Amino acid sequence: MSHILRIENLHVSVNDKPILRGVNLVIKFGETHALMGPNGSGKSTLGLAIAGHPNYQITEGSIWLDDANLTEMEADERSRAGIFMAFQRPVAIPGVKMADFLRHAATNVRQPDRKEGQDLIPMREFRKELKSKMEQLKMDPEFARRYVNDGFSGGEMKRAEILTMAMLSPKFSILDETDSGLDADAVRLASASIAEIGRDKMGLLIITHHDKLLEHNPPQFTHVMLGGRIVETGGAELARELHDQGYDRIRKAYPDAEAANQQMLAKEEPVAV
Amino acid sequence: MSTDTTTNEAIGEINKYDFRTESKAVFKARKGLDAQIVEQISEMKNEPAWMREFRLKSLDIFNSKPMPSWGGSIDVNFQDIYYYLKPTDKQGRTWEDVPQEIKDTFDKLGIPEAEKKFLAGVKAQFESEVVYGSLKEDLVQQGVIFTDTDTAVREHPDLLREYFGTIIPPNDNKFAALNSAVWSGGSFIYVPKGVKIEFPLQAYFRINAENMGQFERTLIIVDEGASIHYVEGCTAPMYSSESLHSAVVEIICKRGSRCRYTTIQNWANNIYNLVTKRAVAYADATMEWVDGNLGSKLTMKYPAVYMLEPGARGEILSIAFASGGQHQDAGAKLVHAAPHTTGQIISKSISKNGGRASYRGLVRVEKDARKSKSNVVCDALILDSKSQSDTYPYIEILDQDVSIGHEASVSRIGEEQLFYLMSRGLSEAEASTMIVNGFIEPLVKELPMEYAVEMNRLIQLQMEGSVG
Repeated sequence: MSHILRIENLHVSVNDKPILRGVNLVIKFGETHALMGPNGSGKSTLGLAIAGHPNYQITEGSIWLDDANLTEMEADERSRAGIFMAFQRPVAIPGVKMADFLRHAATNVRQPDRKEGQDLIPMREFRKELKSKMEQLKMDPEFARRYVNDGFSGGEMKRAEILTMAMLSPKFSILDETDSGLDADAVRLASASIAEIGRDKMGLLIITHHDKLLEHNPPQFTHVMLGGRIVETGGAELARELHDQGYDRIRKAYPDAEAANQQMLAKEEPVAV
Repeated sequence: MSTDTTTNEAIGEINKYDFRTESKAVFKARKGLDAQIVEQISEMKNEPAWMREFRLKSLDIFNSKPMPSWGGSIDVNFQDIYYYLKPTDKQGRTWEDVPQEIKDTFDKLGIPEAEKKFLAGVKAQFESEVVYGSLKEDLVQQGVIFTDTDTAVREHPDLLREYFGTIIPPNDNKFAALNSAVWSGGSFIYVPKGVKIEFPLQAYFRINAENMGQFERTLIIVDEGASIHYVEGCTAPMYSSESLHSAVVEIICKRGSRCRYTTIQNWANNIYNLVTKRAVAYADATMEWVDGNLGSKLTMKYPAVYMLEPGARGEILSIAFASGGQHQDAGAKLVHAAPHTTGQIISKSISKNGGRASYRGLVRVEKDARKSKSNVVCDALILDSKSQSDTYPYIEILDQDVSIGHEASVSRIGEEQLFYLMSRGLSEAEASTMIVNGFIEPLVKELPMEYAVEMNRLIQLQMEGSVG
């Protein structure tokens, strides 16, 4: 399989305030990319813009998945095209069971041309698949009967996102701090799960501050974001350097981007999902 | 499939309730309301004098009472309605006895099929009369009575007369008076001491003709230690002019008994649905109303439980869905009239596409009803900026030693929830439906499986209405 996610000169505003100022990024199917950068540099914004959040307005540039232009597509069309984002803080949908939600989602994503009203994945087949995926992720089967993200602990939320990723088998996944707020054991579990489900089976864009996630999922590319642009790209060693030494070198090397970053931090933070 | 949100299956289906049956009435009273019409109805039914007088007295009360000044706006020309329409000469004991076109109607609504699968007894009312009735033989043997109320006047006069109009007297309100004057059909149920009916009994009310008023009258007596689950469904096709449905339901739960009354109504959008439902619960008895209000132009309905002796319980679960041009003024009423009584109201309302959903509820704790507990939770979900939700909670407490809770929440369908579901491949319509189904899930899971599925389908149809 060969697929390419191509982001060209992407400018994104939230409430008419520019956040991304010309991002270029190419991810091939099977590659792992790390996206790092200080707070407010635009990492989550890039993810949400790719996923198609309606508040993240693309003012210039485009996003391509192979020959399909995602830029004008709604979030559901992008998902059906093969884009997935694991959110930092996924919202709760009270009263909707994980299993029902996943059955609808998986049916739509696997049969993107299916008309509404046509059959869902047969219940028996779906349950079997869900059960085996949950075993793989060491999740209690009871989890399928809980309401989506309702009353979940931080760890449960992240694992639910990984389970969803496993069920949807996207072509490209953006993981937005899937390790944040977890204790060491939970990070290890999440990292191993992502490696098992994601590596070589999709293109990964991992947004993270930590190195644990990247230990299990060594990136071929590391991108550093500052002031709404990717200012530097390297290999796994760049991720290690930033983890060990922070962003001082980057901030000094790119004073214009640093100034833009400070300016954005001064404004109100965009709503994180 | 328990209560899975079967959101997709019903999409694209035409509204299966909106069809008209070409049916020739055996007798149709002229339009309008006066003493002559009331006498004619009574005469057609061969009623005893006491009932005829009860009707005429009720007509006077109706004429003397002003329209309610609260709730929704009721724009009904009472002289432009047919009050009595007799669709057939006799009531069928098998579906084969029912005139073909009427049987077809109930076939389309799935009643005979449901009866075979999971019901203990059925009454099907078409316009003013019950056209079909059945009750499982073992229940007949145990002395259970399940008949239409007209038959009960003739065949069980003493039992009926002891309770009829005692829980909701004609002067209770204008529409109770109207029903008392022109009532026809409805269910009469008696469950003897200690008899527990395992499967639901169901009544289905269908209005078919234009400008038809339906005024069924239901009386349920649950004797000591007995239990019953009664289910009521209502539909009508869409006409250009308004019709009126005004029922009265009286329930008596004797010591230690249990009654659950489930309504799933899906009236066409031009029906005024003005219904009075009230139960009394004696010592340690439990009365539960599960009330699903979809459709209608205006619904005003506040199922009530009067807890008259210690240990009585009253629970009311109410779902209202108001779409464009609809006003659901629904709610509940709990009266704690004895110590150690327990009440609960859970109300969920959804408004969309310019619809208006109101919760109107009363909790009253009488003096000396000490150690009583009552809890009210009402949640409203508003789907768009055109729609409206109001809450009118009334609490009257005349005793100090009681525990009363009230929680209310109003939420708009969340942009973030929509985005979350859409980012997982659900269309906006599917995502909205899923959020709404999740919102009512705490109630739907209380329904028997067949009705839960039906409820989800109805919500689905309502959700589709606005798209496009």
